[in-house]
Amino acid sequence: MLKDKHQAEIDDILSRYPVKRSALLPLLYLAQREEGYVTEAAMQEIAGILKLTPPQVYETATFYTMLNLKPVGTFHLQVCKSLMCALVGSDTVIGWIGAKLGIKPGETTPDKLFTLSIVECLAACGTGPMMQVNDDYYERLTDEKLDRILADLRQTGTSSLKTGPFMWPEPANTVNREA
Amino acid sequence: MPKYEPILLKNMLQPGYAGSLADYERAGGYQAVRKVLGQLSPAEVTGIVMKSGLRGRGGAGFPTGVKWGFLPKDYQGPRYLCCNADESEPGTFKDRQLIERDPHQLLEGMLIACYAIGAASSYIYIRGEFVLGAKILEAAIKEARAAGYVGKHIFGSNISIDIWVHRGAGAYICGEETALLESLEGKRGLPRVKPPFPATHGLYNKPTVVNNVETLANLPHIVNRGAEWFASIGSPPKSTGTRVFCVSGHVKQPGNYEVPMGITFRELIYEHAGGMRGDKPLKAFIPGGASAPFLTPEHLDVKLDFESVALAGSMLGSGGVTVMEEGTDMVWAALRLMEFFYHESCGKCSPCREGSSWLVQIMRRIVNKRGRMEDLETLTDLCKNIAGRTVCAFGDAEVSPILSTLKHWRQEYVDLIQAAETANLIRPEPVGTKH
Repeated sequence: MLKDKHQAEIDDILSRYPVKRSALLPLLYLAQREEGYVTEAAMQEIAGILKLTPPQVYETATFYTMLNLKPVGTFHLQVCKSLMCALVGSDTVIGWIGAKLGIKPGETTPDKLFTLSIVECLAACGTGPMMQVNDDYYERLTDEKLDRILADLRQTGTSSLKTGPFMWPEPANTVNREA
Repeated sequence: MPKYEPILLKNMLQPGYAGSLADYERAGGYQAVRKVLGQLSPAEVTGIVMKSGLRGRGGAGFPTGVKWGFLPKDYQGPRYLCCNADESEPGTFKDRQLIERDPHQLLEGMLIACYAIGAASSYIYIRGEFVLGAKILEAAIKEARAAGYVGKHIFGSNISIDIWVHRGAGAYICGEETALLESLEGKRGLPRVKPPFPATHGLYNKPTVVNNVETLANLPHIVNRGAEWFASIGSPPKSTGTRVFCVSGHVKQPGNYEVPMGITFRELIYEHAGGMRGDKPLKAFIPGGASAPFLTPEHLDVKLDFESVALAGSMLGSGGVTVMEEGTDMVWAALRLMEFFYHESCGKCSPCREGSSWLVQIMRRIVNKRGRMEDLETLTDLCKNIAGRTVCAFGDAEVSPILSTLKHWRQEYVDLIQAAETANLIRPEPVGTKH
């Protein structure tokens, strides 16, 4: 139960809104963080907390692509395939990942480590091709970079190749180019 | 030195600037909001913003001060400010940089806007994928709260303003302001029928202003340096100030470039973004995000301001400029964008919901060399029956890639269809069938 473990966080979330239902997305995120996806039991519980009917929770949860209603792998690789990334090779990246992991888009590796999804624009159009892995962005992907990222994820659960606070072109770059 | 004085990117271009409260204050931050609280009435602040000519940076380009002015003057209940940080328009990645590199600039802009419209609560609706951006904002709000800049009696005044971060969860349509409000209320992000407008019936049915990140980030500078200063930048009187343009696609140096409005696409693409990758000729570009119709090399000398781009048959939109080199398959490019719109249609209005699905099917058929010549007519007809027939502007947006590529590169469609006919991939229609 979310309430047993996260009462303080739930109270904090509820305190931000004058109308309880506004806390729905934050609570669904909390449920997803807990179990890796949003379970039916969690949706029932959230309905109770917010005094909504379960269908009101379900209709909202199904609208948003970031809420997983089914389990996904430990690392959810989401590769952008919108036009801006496609112009600079996102389809090739999808092919590489598929070959390296032996899975097709929508599938999860048998060890439940990686799920590959194809997604629409993630607002990193100047630094494509790119993918999001769980909370992190990985940009300007190359074959070698992908190898390192996948190896890092396997070994340490994260990778130093993820993007920090975003700025592109980088300040140094700008100076050099203008000089 | 950059060719133009950066305004919004100025701090983050300084070596070592990390966007902390101390960094921001050292660079002169939080002076504008002090001035506003101490010396100006809310109406005076709105007046300054109106006079500056600032227009919304999210896409529609509505004058910001005018938008604020629509709020009912005599309403006693709560009012809200929502910062639109949903940045989902393909080709656009400026708000992400403004948030992650200089969060306090945005917060100060929000405080000024809240004061002007009389809002005591405000929400930053940030797209769900920007997990890092949300964390950075949360941390910045915590810093500002500890300093007494956010919360009760800010800067020792009798004004209280709270700011909360609210994460979206992956829906392009939530960048539309009424869909954003629905989403913030914990519902499916379906745009509302307007009127009534958010100015009178917004969040929780209360008077509400929704402003884009870049719009709000401009406010401290307008207050500090004056409306006249701002109105002298760009191409006055209708397109004042700078824009952070996001250049993507086949250029040498893609990225965010802050330039005054009114420079040409040629200058942006060839001087700032380094020109074409591999020095190939430019074939096409999208001037303002996926919703803006494609333009051609003959439009390179069009000025980057609201009116000039509209006159050229497209729109400045969100400032996302996507460049395509010679050799790019335009039908494929239009299909890619159409697939985006098909995926993102919220499903509320049938012309958009059903129409986007039909458009994708026909486009796929043509790209896969199974098209028929009458498909071109069907595409045009469908597009005409979607645009302007939906609750929000999504309907107009989704038809623009197809209509504009059909206009400029019709021969590419014809070639693909003729290739299908020569390959005899489609069976002839039975005699007497008419579409």
